[in-house]
Amino acid sequence: MQRYEVPAAPSQTILDLVTYIQRALDPTLSYRFACRVGMCGSCAMTVNGRPRWTCRTHVAKVAGEGEVTIEPLKNMPVVKDLTVDMREFFDKWARARGAFVPSEDAARDFAVVPPSSPERVEADAAIECIGCGVCYAACDVVAWNPDYLGPAALNRAWTLVNDLRDDGQPERLLAVAGDAGCHACHSHESCRTYCPKSLNPTASIAGLKRATARAALRGEL
Amino acid sequence: MSAYAGRTRSQIRWEARLWVAQRASAMVLALCVLVHLATIVFAVRGGLSAGEILSRTRGNGAWLAFYVLFIAAVAIHAPIGLRTIFAEWLGWRGRSLDIAAALFAVLIAAAGLRTVLGLYA
Ligand code: SF4
Ligand code: SF4
Ligand code: FES
Repeated sequence: MQRYEVPAAPSQTILDLVTYIQRALDPTLSYRFACRVGMCGSCAMTVNGRPRWTCRTHVAKVAGEGEVTIEPLKNMPVVKDLTVDMREFFDKWARARGAFVPSEDAARDFAVVPPSSPERVEADAAIECIGCGVCYAACDVVAWNPDYLGPAALNRAWTLVNDLRDDGQPERLLAVAGDAGCHACHSHESCRTYCPKSLNPTASIAGLKRATARAALRGEL
Repeated sequence: MSAYAGRTRSQIRWEARLWVAQRASAMVLALCVLVHLATIVFAVRGGLSAGEILSRTRGNGAWLAFYVLFIAAVAIHAPIGLRTIFAEWLGWRGRSLDIAAALFAVLIAAAGLRTVLGLYA
């Protein structure tokens, strides 16, 4: 662990601290960011033990005694300093069948999906994920069970399970079921607590549990 | 079938069914524990002796049915939960763990039934 002294400034964010360190104190420091305004999700790090978007975290809010500990996100291999390797995280989106599967019919005509239909409402609640990895870093089950797809990938799959136009459902349900999928989730809501977009992957995963359990009982899994 | 993190379709189906079994047994347990506790409170009013217990349980078919259900729920619920704890905390997975969990289920069922039949017969 390196220690740095950084001068305080008004409205200073954790990302400002890291940027100051890199520009003024240690040019070798590696970290990721892009938008600086909470849109891209690339600046996530562990701040005082909790996963956060550093550009949206004010120093004044988290540095109690004028000190703050900044670490890379958990549950992902560190590439260097504060930069983690997110390959496995995104590979799991693919493994959860997180890609839309067009159906033959969909190409023929517009699908009519009323905004108030239950499926659309479910998908809407989960759709705004930007893949920052905060929930994945916050999930203990990912740490205990490395095969576990994790909250973000499962949340994505849930949006597609509710997509009437999608033609990949049986495969998707199989991909998200079992002890590497939704049935491993303990519903302890760390993902929901820390998601900077205030999404609720726990609820999405509960939806997958219901859908897959129904399929399993019907012998369709 | 590496697409499912090395799991076969039947393994995934098995995991999903275990999950259903654990949820269903949890619901039964929630009810059974309540009835069990209420019965204890009710039964000990004004003191309790071994003779009194036996006079209530001997030949009591409803009592027997209730506790057999209770034991079945425990024998299903506890081993599935322990199996998950062993997998997550000790990294113990696979067939050997399934066998151990099944043996534990048999142990719970046998011990429970022995006790209940002892009080019934
Ligand atoms: S609710 Fe499920 S996915 Fe979310 S942090 Fe807990 S175990 Fe992980
Ligand atoms: S669900 Fe939230 S925390 Fe998880 S990746 Fe998406 S935006 Fe980030
Ligand atoms: S830098 Fe884009 S969200 Fe923080």
